[in-house]
Amino acid sequence: MKRITAIGQVKPAVEDRRGFLRRSLSLTGGAVAALAGGGAAIAKGDPAILQLPAHSTGLGQPVAARGYGKPSEFEKNLQRRESPGLTRVSQSSVAFAPLQGLFGIITPNGLHFERHHQGWWDIDPRQHRLMLHGLVREARVYTMDDLMRLPSVSRIHFIECGANSGMEWANVAVPTVQYSHGMLSCCEFTGVRLATLLEHCGADVKKGRYLLAEGADGSGLTRTIGMERALDDVIVAWAMNGECLRPENGYPLRLVVPGVQGVSWVKWLRRLEVGDQPWDTREEALHYIDLMPDGLHRQYSSVQECKSVITTPSGGQVLLNQGQYNVTGLAWSGRGRIRRVDVSFDGGRNWKIARLEAPVLPKALTRFNISWNWDGRPAILQSRAIDDTGYVQPKIAQLRAVRGTRSIYHNNAIQSWLVAASGEVSNVQVE
Amino acid sequence: MSRWSRPLFWVLALAICGQGWAQSSKGQHQGIGRAATADEIAAWDTDVRGDLKGLPPGSGSVSRGEVVWEAKCASCHGSFGESNQFFPPLIGGITAEDIKTGRVAGLVRGGDQRSTVMKLPKISTLWDYINRAMPWQAPKTLTADEVYAVTAYILNQGNIVPGSFVLSDRNMAEVQAMLPNRNGMTRNHGLWDTRGKPDVKAAACMRNCGPEPRITSQLPDHASGSHGNLAEQYRLFGQVRMAVLPAVKPVAAAAAPAGVSDPGRSLADKNGCLACHAPKQRTIGPALAEIASKYRGVSDAESRLVAKVRAGGQGVWGNMPMPPYQNLPEQELRAMVQWMLKSE
Repeated sequence: MKRITAIGQVKPAVEDRRGFLRRSLSLTGGAVAALAGGGAAIAKGDPAILQLPAHSTGLGQPVAARGYGKPSEFEKNLQRRESPGLTRVSQSSVAFAPLQGLFGIITPNGLHFERHHQGWWDIDPRQHRLMLHGLVREARVYTMDDLMRLPSVSRIHFIECGANSGMEWANVAVPTVQYSHGMLSCCEFTGVRLATLLEHCGADVKKGRYLLAEGADGSGLTRTIGMERALDDVIVAWAMNGECLRPENGYPLRLVVPGVQGVSWVKWLRRLEVGDQPWDTREEALHYIDLMPDGLHRQYSSVQECKSVITTPSGGQVLLNQGQYNVTGLAWSGRGRIRRVDVSFDGGRNWKIARLEAPVLPKALTRFNISWNWDGRPAILQSRAIDDTGYVQPKIAQLRAVRGTRSIYHNNAIQSWLVAASGEVSNVQVE
Repeated sequence: MSRWSRPLFWVLALAICGQGWAQSSKGQHQGIGRAATADEIAAWDTDVRGDLKGLPPGSGSVSRGEVVWEAKCASCHGSFGESNQFFPPLIGGITAEDIKTGRVAGLVRGGDQRSTVMKLPKISTLWDYINRAMPWQAPKTLTADEVYAVTAYILNQGNIVPGSFVLSDRNMAEVQAMLPNRNGMTRNHGLWDTRGKPDVKAAACMRNCGPEPRITSQLPDHASGSHGNLAEQYRLFGQVRMAVLPAVKPVAAAAAPAGVSDPGRSLADKNGCLACHAPKQRTIGPALAEIASKYRGVSDAESRLVAKVRAGGQGVWGNMPMPPYQNLPEQELRAMVQWMLKSE
């Protein structure tokens, strides 16, 4: 079967990248389009029009040829991928979502980022149990049958790992948005509100100011959640984007803690304990702690603050030629709704307000777009989000001034993409 | 209904529904879930909290710990907990002074790799994690005494307790008072809850903001090829393409045959074909010899290959896309294809 696809013409970037960029940057004024678009006229017309292809002149495939559909063969380059060298054991690692190729705000389930602490399992839901105990009137056990009979809610929320963009606190470290921001996904989650279960068990919400959530996997991952948060918008979820959770994302049950870093969204959730103190578990005393310049670690730093990133054009990409582009990206805030996104094309000197696409939901990804006419000159693209608390996404220098460069976690800095005269886009930091 | 006598029905109904009625006094959602038994709670509620709540009785010596360590832990963490091969090191970076002050100077100074004992604020954290998640391939298989012993061994390797030490539920609190980073944590920040107060404040200037931007960091040279061939990580149509990995070129070019004066060869070089196609070895694209071999004996090989080069493609030889070369002059393209088909 023929797999002929691309029509546009791209000159492969075969030169040494640094030399290429250096020369591109030294060009002032005179626009140089390294990438010739269109090109010589085709004598009679486009063969894609003039010669009827097989799909127009033959019989296609039958229904249900694939009982569970999958993306086109032509989309197979878009995969979740590990960042080489980040971890040494793939069971305790990360696979990043290919943000550079996604549209809208919903992450397809098969491309949702992965983070496991001791490998993933496909757990038989008929054998799965959820126990709720501790400072409750009656400790209770629920089967999946039980949970799914309770009043359910469906809500769209983003999930972001606390270490997303963590490799870039001190300097640029990765080439593309997949690796710089890809520990980020957004789904419509369905489940029962945690408040419903806490009420059902008669939780002592006065004395029991905290809750421990525990997973059923080998790591038995545990995180403390404040009771106020637990009673607010937390969901015990069994579904994402219309189907049950994927095994890599906690099938058959996970916690959804809107606005809070991914590690608290405990997968394969089996136990919830109400208590009067935080637990100081490994994932809140040895990891997911933010090292500050004074040598103190911030413990229980949980909120994913307001952040945004341009996904096209972004690092590693090449613009086809001069002219119109739809600059597009994502914005989100763990504190609420996105109020505005500004985009700069000159490294942050001047800004334009981007278009927010509906829906704009609290603690969910928001898609923004803005048109750009590239004149062939070098440019530095940035986006800056503002949430409904009035918080403005900071520059990396502003974050560093308070938190230094060793935090690992919670880097929500403005991202800069350098567009060279060659059309090549690369990851840079600017001051 | 007719099959049941009325009194028998009510007896059965009461027996079946008794549980549900008892619950109805507790409010909504009748018949959902059940009470957990004491044994069930004990089976799962193994966590040990910072204040040592949940710690089971037991003890283990450093020397017993060393035996367990060598058998179950050293293959990943190294004999002394120093290994950086699979996981960050457990041991290293602390001083006697740190143990006195409860603050690790290395964390203030920076530069050192952060080991587990440098960060550890609570002894319960170490005990609880080993108990729930170790060993790596067989979590939750250690006895309580083994967990005490392994914990004692780690503390000894970190020079926190002597080699004669026996750790137990009775002296865990004393050990807590010796941890080098016991005073190294803060919860005094606004990032605990989504309603907390942010620590970094920025303003949204719109026009002529600040000085001319200066690039302070770019992808380091050593990282330019670190994430594989980016062109394979994006689709083949749309606003943009992903760049072909630049680092691959010199390898392929060096592999081009020397001293060959076929005009097709120089054209192939000029047009950049040899960046991806080496004579005999598959690099980014298939080797020239592979292509020639595939088309050997095919009557219209030349025109088919010419069409392929013009159209570009993906999937015949692998996932790496070949860009289309629509605008090559027909004569040059034919010369290159003729030369390629001669490859062996």
